[in-house]
Amino acid sequence: MRKAIMFGIFVALALVGPAEAKVEGDTITLGAAVSLTGRYATEGGQTRHGYDLAVKRINEMGGVKVGGKSYKLDIRYYDDESSNDRAAALAERLINQDGIKFVLGPYSSPLTGAVAPITERFKIPMVEANGASRSLFTKGYRYLFAVLSTSDQYLSSAVDLAAERAKEDGRAPASVRLALAMGDDSFSLDVRAGILEAAKAHNMQIVIDDKVPDGFTDISATLARVKAVKPDVLLISGHAKGAATATRQIAEAKVDVPMLAMTHCDSAQIAEKMGAAAEYTLCASQWAPTLTYSDKWFGSAQKYDELFRKTYNYDASYQAAESSAAVLVYVDAFERGQSLDTEKVRDSLAATNLATFYGPVKFDDTGKNTGKPMVLFQVLGGDYKVVAPTKWAVAKLVHPRPPWSKRGS
Amino acid sequence: MPAPMTNLLLFLEAPALLVQVLLDGILIGAIYALAAYGMALVWGVMNIVNVVQGELVILGGYLAIMFSGLGVSAFLTVPLAAAALFALGWVMYAGVVFRVTGKDMFVSLLATFGLSILIAQLINQIWGADVRSLDAELGSWLILDSVVTISRARVAALAAALVLGAALVVFLRTSRLGRAIRATAQNARAARALGVDTDWVYAATYAINGAICGAAGALIAMIWVIHPFAGLVFTIRAFAIVILAGLGNLALVIAAALGLGAAENFVGFVLGAQFQGAFVFSLLVAILVWRSRRLARSRKVLR
Amino acid sequence: MSARRWALHGALALLTAAAPFLLPALAVQLAMLWIMVTLALTWDTLGGQMGYNSFGNILFFGIGMYASAIVQVGLFHDVAAYTDPAGSGSLTFTPREYYLGLAAGLLAAPIAATLAALAFGALILGLRGPYFAIATLGLGIAGGEFAAAWGYVGGASGFLMPVFPGEFGRRALFFYALAASLGIATFAALRWLYGRRFGLALNAIRDDEDKAEALGLPTVRVKIAAWAVSAFFLGLAGAIFGNLNGLIEPREVAFSGATFGVWMVLMAILGGKGTMWGPVVGAVVFHVTKELFWTYLLGWQRVALGVLIVVIVLFFPLGILGHARRRWPETFRARVEGAA
Repeated sequence: MRKAIMFGIFVALALVGPAEAKVEGDTITLGAAVSLTGRYATEGGQTRHGYDLAVKRINEMGGVKVGGKSYKLDIRYYDDESSNDRAAALAERLINQDGIKFVLGPYSSPLTGAVAPITERFKIPMVEANGASRSLFTKGYRYLFAVLSTSDQYLSSAVDLAAERAKEDGRAPASVRLALAMGDDSFSLDVRAGILEAAKAHNMQIVIDDKVPDGFTDISATLARVKAVKPDVLLISGHAKGAATATRQIAEAKVDVPMLAMTHCDSAQIAEKMGAAAEYTLCASQWAPTLTYSDKWFGSAQKYDELFRKTYNYDASYQAAESSAAVLVYVDAFERGQSLDTEKVRDSLAATNLATFYGPVKFDDTGKNTGKPMVLFQVLGGDYKVVAPTKWAVAKLVHPRPPWSKRGS
Repeated sequence: MPAPMTNLLLFLEAPALLVQVLLDGILIGAIYALAAYGMALVWGVMNIVNVVQGELVILGGYLAIMFSGLGVSAFLTVPLAAAALFALGWVMYAGVVFRVTGKDMFVSLLATFGLSILIAQLINQIWGADVRSLDAELGSWLILDSVVTISRARVAALAAALVLGAALVVFLRTSRLGRAIRATAQNARAARALGVDTDWVYAATYAINGAICGAAGALIAMIWVIHPFAGLVFTIRAFAIVILAGLGNLALVIAAALGLGAAENFVGFVLGAQFQGAFVFSLLVAILVWRSRRLARSRKVLR
Repeated sequence: MSARRWALHGALALLTAAAPFLLPALAVQLAMLWIMVTLALTWDTLGGQMGYNSFGNILFFGIGMYASAIVQVGLFHDVAAYTDPAGSGSLTFTPREYYLGLAAGLLAAPIAATLAALAFGALILGLRGPYFAIATLGLGIAGGEFAAAWGYVGGASGFLMPVFPGEFGRRALFFYALAASLGIATFAALRWLYGRRFGLALNAIRDDEDKAEALGLPTVRVKIAAWAVSAFFLGLAGAIFGNLNGLIEPREVAFSGATFGVWMVLMAILGGKGTMWGPVVGAVVFHVTKELFWTYLLGWQRVALGVLIVVIVLFFPLGILGHARRRWPETFRARVEGAA
């Protein structure tokens, strides 16, 4: 009787994972575990939309042409629930049970870090669009390719900008004092590392260096210290939740600081949702619709944004854009290499030199994209305007931020 | 000099800062107090540890944002969210919770844990995972040479917490249902023998807890940001407060809540925000051990 | 033991040995199944046999995981340099170093976990009922918070385990063998313990602690010993799971109170707490159900899991074996309690 139970269980387990090869017939199935629930669900959803939009677009344009044959693209999704152990288990399942040969990355650095050892072990390529932490690229991974700029560059550009402004105002950049409130995930810690390097280069002093725990629900203790210490720059990183919490509490406590820069303000939609509270905030971004990149699939960054809004009823965030770009990079590698063999595709990926609506993609030996710079937005008049680097700027930086007492209402 | 010392010295330079830090903490503590009242009520009357507390708070926040989207003014969303969750509490009691009353407390812990992941996930499916907030557009006061800012929304939340607490005390003391609730809490069997419909009392208690959570949620949406998975923060704090204050006394619950809020913020200021979580959980264990040690001296145990 | 029992055990042993070969694609999930069985069995020592419901046993799982990781790496490299997020990828392990390190890690993990259980047990095993449950919950979460703040082991970024040197087909089998051995050893050891005076002492505490104490039973010592026993096997389970998963993260992998921490309780209750086979059956049924939810209910799996938990707790408080025993007492009673 117990044997019968056990037997039934193994049959059920077998049903769990029907093993099938995933480049068959006329479809290439990519595999992705993304966060549809849990703390990265916002960005995970945008990642999925990015992947889906690119797949839809490719299929509308006739699919992927390899060896004189047209393949449709498809994606096998799992929900990793924003959790490391599940992301790793699901990657294993995609490859081992679903027979997936090409993996797209999950959302966030920690989850990408959990998946990369698995894809590496199976020698399956992973093109990822949302793992920016440099720690991913120091492990000697051969099958990992990232289309985005690494996270150390997110806010170091703001530090450089502060140094520049200090010089213009006739102050030494070394006199600039920085305050940091960083989430304690591997992405934010790498953002912090980038800031420390930039600060060291300018000889700046870090006066507050707080690590904010996971949920990022309350930073009023940190803000109280900011008010006391009066730094010149306040830098914040904690994904969408961190941006929303910080924006709200800074406005509420009326914290005056000449420069305020954070990551993820566009995915948190602070300009749309917080109105005046978000004004003059600097936002680090991988991409903006106003950039002049173009490609044969979506046309331009602008057109991508329009198509995205038409399809999903919200503005394309950079998380969505870079996710779409990851799919394009695969398509390019398939077609350029004219092969669906994982090793050959890996080699084609390594040789990628592609112009996309998201920006140029060119991987170095460690698999990170060296072709594309970061941009800084500033929230001006309820809109995100690129203010740096100068090449892309569409508006002039407002600096210092006007104190709250001088603002209307 | 180590950072904590530097931070403490900041208080000497600007004593007003201490006011800011403690005030921020106390005002947050008021919201914890609301969640903790409800938990103490359900725990005391029904002997249920309501792990779904935090999710009910968050649900209240989402409902408030929804009502506000329909054009209701921010402050009216508080009673509306409370009313909606009163009804939901009743439904939850009739559907699930009535089965765990009178059972081992551990059963109720697990059952309400199941409900909590269910509700968190449903919120995620209905409203999406985006971070939300509700702007009451009240602004802030600046006092003590503009060093200290007090958010008016937070003060309103504190006032609401105190008013609700007082109303609850009056209700439990004077109304017929309130007396029935207290009688049931003291001895459910005797109350039943004397003609109290305890099942109805339990349903009402659970629904009242829902209403309190709904009001707390609406207030939280006005002073913090919320997202579907933020409930645990409130459940854990409510736990800690109830453990600290005991079940019997609402005034003690309020004091413990404000104290915990202030202490947590103080620790965050001096040691850095990363130690707030570790502080709360270590405090929880320490309080339990301390209380049990004290009782052990008279050969009693904490029950 | 009757011939029928021998045949049954033989068939189970055969199935255990053959499973990863029959279903090679599922070998890792089958290894996970054995870890889950171990978790459920060790939870039941306190929760079922002794009547002390713990929500924080995950603490020992995490401590074992980190202890093993530190030893595995620390024998050959500087741990702080290894976990440095900006560090280079040049710190590698030869196959000999890997296996030696793993063996040492598997030795260190149960020792560290047991010592922790002795210390924390002395601290909080004076608490009873829900207060004990809440104190353990606090300990479990605090463990994760402290690990996340501890830079030496990688803090919140986590700890990347050394890579298995063999081929990857072999890796799954290797860890399946480890996990299966652990599950079987745990079962055998607990069964042996429950059959002695120790088991009777646990049950006496469950039935009436005050009376047991009045009759001269050193209840505090028994309670601490019981927690140490379950911590021993939990520490081992943590060490194996850490290596199987590849990445140790403080709050979600090591001190994962909201997942493994609760699941171990549910599995024991689902199967029937306080029985020998209950946790095993519960773990198997729960693991398979959960995997099915994951595969077929994209995005809604946690709703289903929530419903499942409520249903288990409300309608099967006695568990599968508990119900079966009540229904068919002759068939199940003897077997369930174990004749040893």
